[in-house]
Amino acid sequence: MSAASKQLDELIGREYRHGFVTTLATDTVPRGLNEAVIRMISARKHEPQFMLEWRLKAFRHWLTMREPQWANIHHPPIDYQNISYYSAPKSEKDGPRSLSELDPELLRTYEKLGIPLKEQEMLAGVAVDAVFDSVSVATTFKEKLAELGIIFCPFSEAVQKHPELVQRYLGSVVPYTDNFYATLNSAVFSDGSFCYIPPGVRCPMELSTYFRINERNTGQFERTLIIADKGAYVSYLEGCTAPMRDEHQLHAAVVELIALDDAQIKYATVQNWYPGDKEGRGGIYNFVTKRGECRGANSHISWTQVETGSAITWKYPSVVLLGDNSVGEFYSVALTNHHQQADTGTKMTHVGRNTRSTVLSKGISAGYGQNTYRGLIKVLPGAEDARNYTQCDSLLLGGQCGAHTMPYIEVRNPTAKVEHEASTSRIGEEQLFYCTQRGIAPEEAVSMIVSGFCKAVFQNLPMEFAVEAQKLLGVSLEGSTG
Amino acid sequence: MLSIKNLHAGIHGKEILRGIDLGVRSGEVHAIMGPNGSGKSTLAQLLAGRDGYEVTAGSVRYLDQDLLAMPAEARARAGLFLAFQYPVEIPGVSNALFLKAALNSIRKQQGLDELDAMDLLQLMRDKMKLLGMDELLLPRAVNEGFSGGEKKRNEVLQMAVLEPKLAILDETDSGLDIDALKIVADGVNGMRHPQRAIVLVTHYQRLLEFIVPDVVHVLSQGRIVRSGAAELARELEQHGYGWVEEQKAA
Repeated sequence: MSAASKQLDELIGREYRHGFVTTLATDTVPRGLNEAVIRMISARKHEPQFMLEWRLKAFRHWLTMREPQWANIHHPPIDYQNISYYSAPKSEKDGPRSLSELDPELLRTYEKLGIPLKEQEMLAGVAVDAVFDSVSVATTFKEKLAELGIIFCPFSEAVQKHPELVQRYLGSVVPYTDNFYATLNSAVFSDGSFCYIPPGVRCPMELSTYFRINERNTGQFERTLIIADKGAYVSYLEGCTAPMRDEHQLHAAVVELIALDDAQIKYATVQNWYPGDKEGRGGIYNFVTKRGECRGANSHISWTQVETGSAITWKYPSVVLLGDNSVGEFYSVALTNHHQQADTGTKMTHVGRNTRSTVLSKGISAGYGQNTYRGLIKVLPGAEDARNYTQCDSLLLGGQCGAHTMPYIEVRNPTAKVEHEASTSRIGEEQLFYCTQRGIAPEEAVSMIVSGFCKAVFQNLPMEFAVEAQKLLGVSLEGSTG
Repeated sequence: MLSIKNLHAGIHGKEILRGIDLGVRSGEVHAIMGPNGSGKSTLAQLLAGRDGYEVTAGSVRYLDQDLLAMPAEARARAGLFLAFQYPVEIPGVSNALFLKAALNSIRKQQGLDELDAMDLLQLMRDKMKLLGMDELLLPRAVNEGFSGGEKKRNEVLQMAVLEPKLAILDETDSGLDIDALKIVADGVNGMRHPQRAIVLVTHYQRLLEFIVPDVVHVLSQGRIVRSGAAELARELEQHGYGWVEEQKAA
């Protein structure tokens, strides 16, 4: 190995310095999963009968299922009876009293990512005074949303206040029988977000920009349901660039999106869960099911994701294009460093006429990271004049990582046009030397080259998020935050 | 400014430079000529800090520092610039952003304030005009899809913006038509300054018609076999590199 690639390996081989700060919640049900546990979860959340029944149906179905084996990921078996399926939100008393009690490395990371002080306190779980700027900001925005008839609240609140909407749409895109992890989520999900945009309403703000910090502690089985009624528009941001602490290893979230006639939903994710240490110990298993249904004519759903965290990422944000002229998009950056594994991609199912889909995937592998793009483009017989364009690019840093591309194409209508382009490249010593010879530090050079590689995806993120995502990539490659 | 003493270096165990001695003072323009495989590019890249070369003997002092002990970025920040023979493409990174990162790294080292985007843009536009470059190249990705001539001009643009103390141009003339060559030469001549040294590495004498060097060195089989004034280049053109070899043997 030449000196340059050694240097590269050192750069990407640094450790996640701060690790986890864990405080165990007190109000936790005993480990294990059975009907009694599910009844307990439902009872604690004061759910109506239909919710309990749905959870139980899911649980009974889950007992007949096995974990999927087809993904290019490897992990020791998960003991589902050794997990506690319900934790009450943590008491503020358990948190640190001030930022000064926190690991200085964690603070340094927040600084690097440019997280405002108050948000740092929230993220770190610092007990804060009742009067708190962003809470009042959040309240103001909630009032504004309510004026427009937009419902945006925790899932459990929606179950209480809008049971008819929940009953109508829950599981209508991802049924409780869908797959092992989604079914488990259906049985035990703790909380999440619910959003309904009424007909003709354009949501005036990026949802959750101002709320993200209030939405922590939603737990490991999160459930999100977003409905854009006819002619509605919403842009939703999930996650946060700051590394979040979490003691749960298994995360199995479900997100369902529904777009009716002429509606548009943009859903952006930045995922930065703990990736495990340099040797691949620990880290989150992120097994997520995300699917949107373009139910109405001319509807439009786009997924944008920046996945830098988690030990294992297994997710395929998909779009079912039912409505004529509907549009589905998937823009993804997935970065695996150290021993991280990602098997991610999308499914675009063309059902309606003249439906269009675009897939743009950028995979970056460093260290011993393994990055798989897995995608399915499916054109059904009725989908006249369907169009798809897919581009998958992989970038390798160092010699031990891997990139894999597994595109599946199923076309059952002769009028379809499906295009697939793929490329794999390596950050060359040439590129790195060119940058350093101009005075740019090697670390900055790698981050610049990687950002350039991801540019086409970042362009689809809301401005503020794009800047954060770019910084996150830099920091992730440094390894100082995972 | 630059003092190379008995430099021996190679790659993968093969010796390429076999005892180079070279001194360059501020304000001077040196040309290093030589046939293919004589070690010209190796010398240029080694001075610029490219990894992978093994130095087996000798020393290089640059501004009273041990150049060989400095990483590439430190050399660049100390004012050493290499115009690449084959400029590298960096997809998705705009020329403007790249140059801003480079300039500010260097300015920071010198204790100067970082230039903001507006000032920098103006600076780049001015320099581009001088080099007859299209402003539309600024937002484009570094060297991506540039023609050979555009790439070479882009190197000279970077040099003009970064204002190095020692500029090494590695075959900047190759692949340029006569008009482009003149423009590039004008750009380089405009950079001549009592506080700056320029080393031109070239195979052909053609460039030296437009940029007249103070000293010409002939490199052959890893050694400087002859040094002289600008006329030496012309003699070489007439007689070929074989002539120097013969003279040496005689």
